[in-house]
This record gives sequence, C-alpha cells and structure tokens, in this order.
Amino acid sequence: MTKIVVDGVEVDVPADYTLLQACEAAGAEIPRFCFHERLSIAGNCRMCLVELKGAPKPVASCAWGVKDCRPGPNGELPTVVTKSPMVKKARNGVMEFLLINHPLDCPICDQGGECDLQDQAMAFGVAGSRFHENKRAVEDKYIGPLVRTSMNRCIHCTRCVRFTAEVAGTGDMGAIGRGEDMEITTYLETSLGSELQANIADLCPVGALLPKPYPFKARPWELTKTETVDVMDALGSAIRVDSRGKEVVRILPRVNDAVNEEWISDKTRHMADGLKSQRLDRPYVRRNGRLAPATWGEAFAAIATKVKAAKLERIGAIAGDLVAVEEMFALQQLLAKLGVKNLDCRQDGTVLHPRFGRASYIFNPTVAGIEEADSLWIIGSNPRKESPVLNARIRKRWLRGNFPINVIGEHADLTYATTYHGAGTDTLSDFAGRAEVTGERPLVLVGQGALTRGDGAAVLAQVVKLAQGLGAIKEGWNGLAVLHTAAARVGGLDLGFVPGEGGLTAHQMAAAGALDVLFLLGADEIDVAPGAFVVYQGSHGDRGAHRADVILPGSAYTEKPGLYVNTEGRVQRGDRAAFPPGDAREDWAILRALSDVLGAKLPFDSHRALREALVAAHPHFGELDAIAAGETSGLGELAEIGGTLDKAPFVSPISDFYLTNPIARASAVMAECSALHANRLRQPLAAE
Amino acid sequence: MRLDQAARSLFLTEFLGAFALSMRYFFKPKRTLNYPHEKNPQSPRYRGEHALRRYPNGEERCIACKLCEAICPAQAITIEAGPRRNDGTRRTTRYDIDMVKCIYCGLCQEACPVDAIVEGPNAEFSVETREELLYDKQKLLDNGDRWEREIARNIAMDAPYR
Repeated sequence: MTKIVVDGVEVDVPADYTLLQACEAAGAEIPRFCFHERLSIAGNCRMCLVELKGAPKPVASCAWGVKDCRPGPNGELPTVVTKSPMVKKARNGVMEFLLINHPLDCPICDQGGECDLQDQAMAFGVAGSRFHENKRAVEDKYIGPLVRTSMNRCIHCTRCVRFTAEVAGTGDMGAIGRGEDMEITTYLETSLGSELQANIADLCPVGALLPKPYPFKARPWELTKTETVDVMDALGSAIRVDSRGKEVVRILPRVNDAVNEEWISDKTRHMADGLKSQRLDRPYVRRNGRLAPATWGEAFAAIATKVKAAKLERIGAIAGDLVAVEEMFALQQLLAKLGVKNLDCRQDGTVLHPRFGRASYIFNPTVAGIEEADSLWIIGSNPRKESPVLNARIRKRWLRGNFPINVIGEHADLTYATTYHGAGTDTLSDFAGRAEVTGERPLVLVGQGALTRGDGAAVLAQVVKLAQGLGAIKEGWNGLAVLHTAAARVGGLDLGFVPGEGGLTAHQMAAAGALDVLFLLGADEIDVAPGAFVVYQGSHGDRGAHRADVILPGSAYTEKPGLYVNTEGRVQRGDRAAFPPGDAREDWAILRALSDVLGAKLPFDSHRALREALVAAHPHFGELDAIAAGETSGLGELAEIGGTLDKAPFVSPISDFYLTNPIARASAVMAECSALHANRLRQPLAAE
Repeated sequence: MRLDQAARSLFLTEFLGAFALSMRYFFKPKRTLNYPHEKNPQSPRYRGEHALRRYPNGEERCIACKLCEAICPAQAITIEAGPRRNDGTRRTTRYDIDMVKCIYCGLCQEACPVDAIVEGPNAEFSVETREELLYDKQKLLDNGDRWEREIARNIAMDAPYR
C-alpha cells in the first residue's frame, strides 16, 4: 500500500494503482476518454491531466503510477491536485483541441444525451471556437451490420482498437496515418469478425461508433430502463433492457464482474428486433389441417379433450431453452398432479442428470474462477460460439500468461493459442487414462458437443475421470466445468424436470408413435414426428409452432418476471420490460388457467405465490445471485459408468451462432449477421 | 344647513363637475378595439400558434433531435424519428403537438437548434371540436408555409437581442 495526498485528502492505495484510480479512491472525479478499466492504458486523450506537486507539467493521471510519484524534499507524501486553476486550464486546452475537429452535430447524433464528450464539454468546454480553418473530414467506414460509423466524430481514443485486440481477440481494427490524417479503420473495409463486436459502440465515448440497427429511434432520456438477465446463452449476462412505450428499443450490458464483466455478445444485444416479429399474439387451433385463430377457451377445450382421451403414459412434456424456472415448476406441478411421468427439459438430448448431484452439471469453478485456474482442457466445446463472453474471460486469463489450454474436439479459432490434441473419444480416453496432477487448479471445460451424443454418458464418465486424474476435483477447487448452451437447462435440472420412473426422454417423446399428446413449453429445437397431438406454448412462430395442433401464445423473456439459473448454477432474476403482444399472457398464468380446465388446479394465483411455492420446494432458488455449491460425492459414481465410446469426433452443437433460438431466428439483424458470417467463412482473406 | 352647503346646492357645482368629467371622457380617444376589424400591435416575440418551418429550398428544418419534446413542460409534443427513406437523414416520422395541453411557454422554440418549431404570430386558430387541436406534422408544416414571411420577419427583428 502506498500513501498519497489527493486534494488534501490522504489515501492509502495499492502500489499498482494509477494516479487516476488513486484520485477516484479519494473521491475526486477525473474526466477521461481513452482510459477504460478493462482495457490497457493508452494515455492518448490527455483529458485526465492532474497537477502533481514537483512535476513541471500536468501529468496524465491514467498513465502515471502511484509508485512513480516521488516524495517531497522533506519526505512529504506525494501530492496530487485535481481542482487547481492549472488543471482547469490544462483540461480546457485539451477539450478545445478535441473539439477543433469534432462536428457540431449533437442534435442529429444518436449518442446525444449519453455522450462523454458532450458531458465533459459542459464542464471543461469554452463557449466559442477560436478555430477558423476547415474542420477535418473523414470518410465513414463500413465495419459490419451492427456498428454504424460516423468517423468525423472520432476523437481517436482507440478504445475500439484496444477492445478488438485485447478482449475480442480478433484485432481487426486499427489506426492508420498520423496526426490529423489518423483514421480508425478495419483496413480492408470488411465487417468485424468477432461475436463481441457490438460492444465497441458502448465503449465509444462519442458518437463515432453507434449501433446500426434502429438509427435515430430514441433518445436515452425517453427510455425506460429495466435491469434483467439475458437468455441467449447459458451464461446469463446481466443486461439492461431499454424500452420506449411498448417496444424494446435496445439491450445494453450491465456490469456484473462475476459473470459478464461489462460485455455482452452480439446476439444478446441485437436480437431485440426479433422480439417484435413472428410473435404469437393469439391462441390457434388446427382445424382441417390449418391453424385457425381461436379463443383461449377453445384452445383449452381442445387440449382438455385430447388429454382426457389419452392414457397417462402417452402424454408428455418438453421444456425449451428460454423458459424461466417458474414456468417449468408450474408445468412440473401440473404433470405431477395429472400423474404424467414423461417430462424432460433436455431437448438436445444431453446426458446430464440431477441424479449425480449438482456438481455433475454446473460450471463448478465459476466464471470468475477461470481467472484463478492454471490450466484448461476444453472438451467437445467451442466456447467462442457457445458463450462468447465466457470465451473472452478465458482469453483474459490466457493473456496473463502461464495458462496452457488443451483442446479435444473441434479445432476452431478460439482467439487464443491452444494445444490441439485430437477430435474425439480416442484422445479423451487416452488422456483420461494417463492424466497426472500438474497444477493447483486445472479446469476441465466440457461442452454439449460431447454430451448430447449417444455415448454421452460414457464421454462424461471419461471427462470426470480426466478431471480426477488432473487433480481438478478436490477440497476447495472443483475444476469440472459444464458449459451449457441453453439458459433454462440448469434451472430445469435443478427442478428435476427430467423423466420420472419409466418416463421417456425428450428424444424418445419426439419419436414417431411414442405419445398421443405432447406439450412443448417453448421447445423449438426438437423435431417432433407426425402422429402426436402437439400443444405449443411459446412466444414465437418457429419450429414448435409450425408443428403444433394448438398454440398458446406466451411471453418472451423481456415480458415476464422470472428466475434463470446460469451455467454456473447462479440463480438470477429477470424482470419485465414490456408487455406481451395481443392476447399473449405470462407463461405461468397460461399453465395455471390450463390446469383448471384439466381438473388439476395449481395452488397459486399470483406470480408471488408461485415463487413462494417454488422456493419452499427448492430453497436455493430463494437466494438470488448466489451459487449453491455442487455436491461432489456423486462424481465418483459417475466416473465409473462404463459404456462403449463412439469414435466420431466431437462437434459443437451450435452450427450458426446467430440463429440458435426462436427469438434470434425472428430477427432480421441476426439473419444478416448469419449470412455475412457464412460468406466470410467462404471467402479467403486478401492476403491468402 | 350651513351657508357653503347652501351655495353649492344653489349653483349646481357637483352637477356641473360630473358633467365636465363625462364630457372629458366623451372626447378622449377610445381604449377598446373594434375586434376583429381592429387589432393591437404585436410584439415580434408574440407566442401564438405553432408552426414547423422549412428552409428556403423547401427542405424541412426539423432534424428530430427531440429537444422540444424533452423540454416541453406540459409534455404536449410527441415525436417519432427515423432515417428518411430517400437519403437516410434523420427526420421525424411523426410530430404531434397537443394544443390543448400546450401552455404557450415558448420553451420549444428556445430549445430548437435549427429554428424549426416556432410559435408564430397567429392567435386566431379557434376550432369547433377538440380533435382539431391535436396538430400533426402536416398541419404544422402547413402553418409554417402559411406564416413563413411573418415568422421570418419576427425572428429577424428579435435577432439583435439574442
């Protein structure tokens, strides 16, 4: 710890702090443009100048370490002044230079109202301009379908360049030219290749990089901000949904250091237009082979007739990837009352099962724990596609060095260097057989690509054996990390939404002739064979709705309060930002109403009562933002499961990152991204 | 009865005084106006009916910055914006003023960076139904076209004081 005096206040800060951080610790506000907590220090905007006693000139506080400050001649503590006339004059000068080339187009700039330059010009700007020459003019660049550029506004803070180089790891932005000729560009005017690219629009302190979809749509002051969680992948990123009236305008990340830091993936951010298209806004019933609009009563009656006619073992239910815990709980209760045992939340056919304890299906080391790990095995997963923000966390750890990463499975560009060992089970069982303890905290990341296969159980056993061999499962550290692809999966497994005694799994239920009545709760990723009477409850007209005989319009994740459990097992609460369209209702309320018609009335009349019942049945859902630790005792049993291993290579379950769920498939922006990405894969780069 | 009282009664002084006052007012210039044939002089800062102006080349001025909507204390203005179809510039797709809510404070024209929304000199826009006072963009642009000469003159006259 180092002592320093800031504006007369003595503070004791860690020696690796910069002056800027020390000033903040002392409560002094320092303006900045180029400095960002999660990026490297550039020191090129000069806005953070402070006066350091003894230094001949003002110093850039973001790039000056506390330990670089010398004591005074009589051994006084280093003294920083942030409010002196010298500092004020220096910052005024910097601001005047920044504004020389910045256009005066705030009224038509979408950043207006949330612009760092605008705010700081209010504090440090002067009223008029002394610059009478021509302003610089820079051509706007094309950098992809998600970020619109207006390069006249750029103040060259290089946050975007540092983000793509450091966090996204693609390094496809850069600056060319010097001085007045400096331009931020992607060199070849290609679209950015990262799944995190849209974050640069948030990072940009001015309006040079702005979200491209929905230009000029809304001002920040007219938006209602709702804090909720994302369901596009299993990470459960913290997001803020901004809505204007009934419409969700944009989705922004929130800071949650335990999960997503402050990044979100492009899919999380820009599938917002999918919330408006392809919506199911009224019940439908299939009559004479065609889906016809119906009333709620007609739809419920059609279901009740079929359910009453069917035998219990010929009824089943599958829960989808985006549903909240409450709905699954309500459906589970309803099925239990009816006596149905065919229920499953694992529509991708993964072998994970609550039978082996919670530790067997969650990301035990936690996402933040990746930074404490000292080696990583990635088995049957492509984290870049399955959870780009988690991949950025792995990259962050890798950048610190001394972090060997071994890959078994797909040989993909993960934005960090890996040691590739092999594609499939042969390599895995070879390593599982001879694994040795090499470090303190090895992390074994296993993806759904390895577990959704026919031999998934045997693969999981081998993975656990590998983790045990590496010494990854011990007191104080459980390095077995299951990376899910569905936001609802861990919640479903926590609830025990899996087939009961003698019940059928999702794939068995979807097979021809297995069932008479199948209830799909937002399940769109499974093909149901002809024959069964299918009830689909969900928000979007996608695969499930096309196959359905009765459609019950539900709400999307931004339209209902709900609990989600992320891949770490962290219980998080989502909130309502908008209302479902038309006749659509909150999903639990639909199930409650349906239960009445089916003669198995559920005992809750409000969402609150439902949540109370849920917490009473499963206490860990009551602790928000906490992770109930997994019980590791079942893992030993799991490792002993035998079974033949298929020699086929592991394939990531996500073939197209941009189109993994019904909301994303309804989004025009995601479709454009997907098409562009496919093109990009086909075309060789210019240098090749 | 005192002597001076008797003298005033005799010479009708109160009657004559009152008569003189009446005559003075009778021949003074009138304060009332014969509206609508006569009107008061108007300040160039007069805040009357709203109008959306155009540039001399016919281009509408409003750039949908929404500052008027933000500042409006009565929340009488509603704007929706988007890129214009032919050139992608930022324009309003909807610009409504609820003249029933409006308190004619003039903050919208103060906020406008391009002098697009102004309160013109017209005060004679009474209507027979309430709905007619819900102005849309077309109505406001028509107002602007109709009153442009007066509005421009008023702005020019007020310019030295800004």
